[in-house]
Amino acid sequence: MNPPGASGGGKKGGAGVLEVIGLTVRSGEGRALVSDLSFAIEPGARLGLIGESGSGKSLTALAIMGLLPAGMTVSGSIVLDAPGLARTDVIGAAERHLKGLRGRGATVVFQEPLTALDPLMKIGRQLAEPLRRVRGLRGAALRRAVVTALEEVRLPTPGRVAKAYPHEISGGQRQRVAIAMALACEPALLIADEPTTALDVTVQAEVLALLDGLVTARGMALLFISHDLAVVSSVTDHVIVLKDGVAVETGDVLDIVTSPRHPYTRDLVTSARRLDSALDWTHP
Amino acid sequence: MNAPEPPVQPLTSTPPPEPLAEPLTSTPPPEPLAERLTSTLLPEPFGGRRRTGGRRSPTLVIGCLLAGAIVAVAVVSLFWLPFPPDDTSGGRLAPPGPPHLLGTDKLGRDLLTQLMIGARIALTAGIGSVALGGVLGVAAGLPAGFATRWLDDTIAALLDILIAFPTLLLAMLLVAAREASLGSAVLAIGLAMSAIVARLTRVLVKRVLAQDFITASRTSGTSWPRVVAEHVLPNIWPTLLVNLALQLGLAVLAEASLSYLGLGAPPPNASWGRMLQEAQSTVLTAPLGAVAPGLLLIMLVVGVNLVADGLRDVADPTRRRSR
Amino acid sequence: MTTYLLRRLAFLVVSLLLAAAVLFLLLRLLPGDPANSLLTIGADPGQIAAARHQIGSDRPLPQQFVTWLGQMATFDLGESFISTLPVGPEIAARLVVTVPLTLLAFLLAVVVAVPVGFLAAHRANRWYGPLLNGVSQFGIAVPVFWLGMLLITSFALYFHLLPAGGFPQDDWADPADALTSLLLPVVTIALVMSASLIRYVRSATLDVLDSDYLRTFRALGSSFTGAMWRHGLRNAAVPVISILGIELATTFLGAVVVESVFALPGLGSMLAKGIAQHDYPIVQGVLFVSTFGVLVIGFLADLAQRLIDPRLRGTTTRSAR
Repeated sequence: MNPPGASGGGKKGGAGVLEVIGLTVRSGEGRALVSDLSFAIEPGARLGLIGESGSGKSLTALAIMGLLPAGMTVSGSIVLDAPGLARTDVIGAAERHLKGLRGRGATVVFQEPLTALDPLMKIGRQLAEPLRRVRGLRGAALRRAVVTALEEVRLPTPGRVAKAYPHEISGGQRQRVAIAMALACEPALLIADEPTTALDVTVQAEVLALLDGLVTARGMALLFISHDLAVVSSVTDHVIVLKDGVAVETGDVLDIVTSPRHPYTRDLVTSARRLDSALDWTHP
Repeated sequence: MNAPEPPVQPLTSTPPPEPLAEPLTSTPPPEPLAERLTSTLLPEPFGGRRRTGGRRSPTLVIGCLLAGAIVAVAVVSLFWLPFPPDDTSGGRLAPPGPPHLLGTDKLGRDLLTQLMIGARIALTAGIGSVALGGVLGVAAGLPAGFATRWLDDTIAALLDILIAFPTLLLAMLLVAAREASLGSAVLAIGLAMSAIVARLTRVLVKRVLAQDFITASRTSGTSWPRVVAEHVLPNIWPTLLVNLALQLGLAVLAEASLSYLGLGAPPPNASWGRMLQEAQSTVLTAPLGAVAPGLLLIMLVVGVNLVADGLRDVADPTRRRSR
Repeated sequence: MTTYLLRRLAFLVVSLLLAAAVLFLLLRLLPGDPANSLLTIGADPGQIAAARHQIGSDRPLPQQFVTWLGQMATFDLGESFISTLPVGPEIAARLVVTVPLTLLAFLLAVVVAVPVGFLAAHRANRWYGPLLNGVSQFGIAVPVFWLGMLLITSFALYFHLLPAGGFPQDDWADPADALTSLLLPVVTIALVMSASLIRYVRSATLDVLDSDYLRTFRALGSSFTGAMWRHGLRNAAVPVISILGIELATTFLGAVVVESVFALPGLGSMLAKGIAQHDYPIVQGVLFVSTFGVLVIGFLADLAQRLIDPRLRGTTTRSAR
């Protein structure tokens, strides 16, 4: 099933922040949504997971967090080994154990920034939640930390944003808030699940640059999930190509772009090229 | 999936980057009451909507069986009845057994005969109200969906007011003004329903008209009537149909309530509601007469609701797919 | 919020006026002169004219409407044709039964429906989740008057535990007595109402369980309970509250029917009797008060929803879709 070289990412086993071996996710009816996926990410390293919608990339992210929808069955092993936390296999771990792992160990920036935030709560209060839990801040210190966290994601008027509801700010700003909330957990591994797909092209670039800079500055490991080869290649060098839940190709972004081996990867590359040239044509 | 979907193209819309505090109209506000009531919060498939299954819908099959049985009985009652409806020769409150298979009521009428006629009346009331409410509602809602600005606001407010006027009270009012009859009941229930259908139609039409393919179709020179025929109607009828099926169940219940209160079809017509009212005094001595009409009512309404749910499963292509 | 309040208030007033007009027109324009109810069969034209003059139905409609509106506005609901007693005080006396019946049934329905609906959604994968859902599907098909009959039969006629109907002559002088006679009717309405409420609560809970924000906060390390408590509850409350207004109105209608089953001297039985006797001021008065109540409930529900949901506060038009 597993094409040669499909299990990639980290070269040495055991030292990774995240080690996924033979991950298989099945739907309630038993259909395999992710099949025998293996990869590892070392501390501070980055890995791209690329594939079209329905290829199982988001499910992989949820499986790592132990947040798969009820009814799905998961097998294999997902070992999270974050500094300061016990090395844990997410699969089979008890919920109360996972709870401690989420946030500090790994956390996610989701695709849709509007729905990913609580629509009824002011942004400051939402951001305060992880800050309070992880850093144990209270009162004025907490309020200051909220503003600092918003400044860090380069929101121009942090005081105003903190008092705003999610629907009152733009999509790009919401995604910055989501990133700030994820960073507030000080995670060892950040999973970015299509973080820029819902954004406009210009905003996309800004948010990507921000994410790139912050991940580097904090030395976090990054699992970057996208359907967009161009976006992935701007953030990470190493990618896995996922199709129908199966890793069909893995390796260096440059290699994959220049000499895709699997027909599916070839399609991805050509369509990315076509999009690129269309872009050039409409915006000379 | 059969509707012409606009291609997913993130490049087509490129508004200026990141204004702080966008105008509120650009963010989708939570669905208004009408939509929550009529689309999102309709009863869900029997087994829960999380179930991702094949094309066949057991809900639809069970629903068709339950409702179909009542329909069959009603059809048979048109051609054959065990006894004439007002034949009281069987004696009062005869126990079940031949020749009166289910016994007789306190006036000596055959219970099975009455139940069969009741099926016919329940269906007449349900289908009649839905036909009336559906035709009026769609006729009013379709043009309303095209209205803009103050006209749109006015229509929306008007429909809200009409809906706030409770169905049952409207029916009572009509019956008070006219005579208690099946026609009055159907008229009242149908009228009340038409406001609900009109509001749903209006919302659905608006939603379709906001789609890109309508703009595309208009730019390529299609006339409005053709847009309605080719795009609007095909896109709104599945939801409308599901809603009308649910309204059918509610109409049957409303008619039963009216005739229980003595405001439905007058005596020679045995409505289930009135049968229950008449059997109330003899519930301990002849329990069947007080139980059977109720069970048949539930059977019909559950059946119709299941059909509605099943239709939604089949017709609604926008169900959440697993990631 | 103030602008909205004013607008919504204006809308309420317009609705009331319109509802009054509908009520008025339906009662006057449909066949049958209201004066007929004063007459015996075979009345001569002179008597008819006198009756029409007494009722006022010989004057032009707009004039009748204005007069009538003035009376309604001052809660002067006229006098019963049959008993010649003023309708207003009679309605007030009946409300003593109908209002507690409606409110108690509504409260009980909410208390039952919220946990059951939550469980039906949260435990959709266990055996009892679908079971609860199935029961509620069945429940919405049960005619409320029939359930009342069955409850009377079992608890009053068979086990003799509770009264089969009626209400103490001295109303609430003995609250225990009054409550006992309301117990079965309240349970009857509450059971039927909770069936439909359960479906709304379940649906709202499913939306929350499915929501991205719940997933976000859990991914940030919140416990399920914590995230549900801080974020889920309020979000689920928004759609439920929006339908609570309508549900309360439906509960009231249920009360109207159930009063007839339990022979309770409330608004419903007053209306039924008024219709049967063609006592037109009674019918008009009860319908006016009921519609008024339903519209005010809708108004309050809209306000409550605004208070919870910041997304609604900015928009002022109702038709913002």
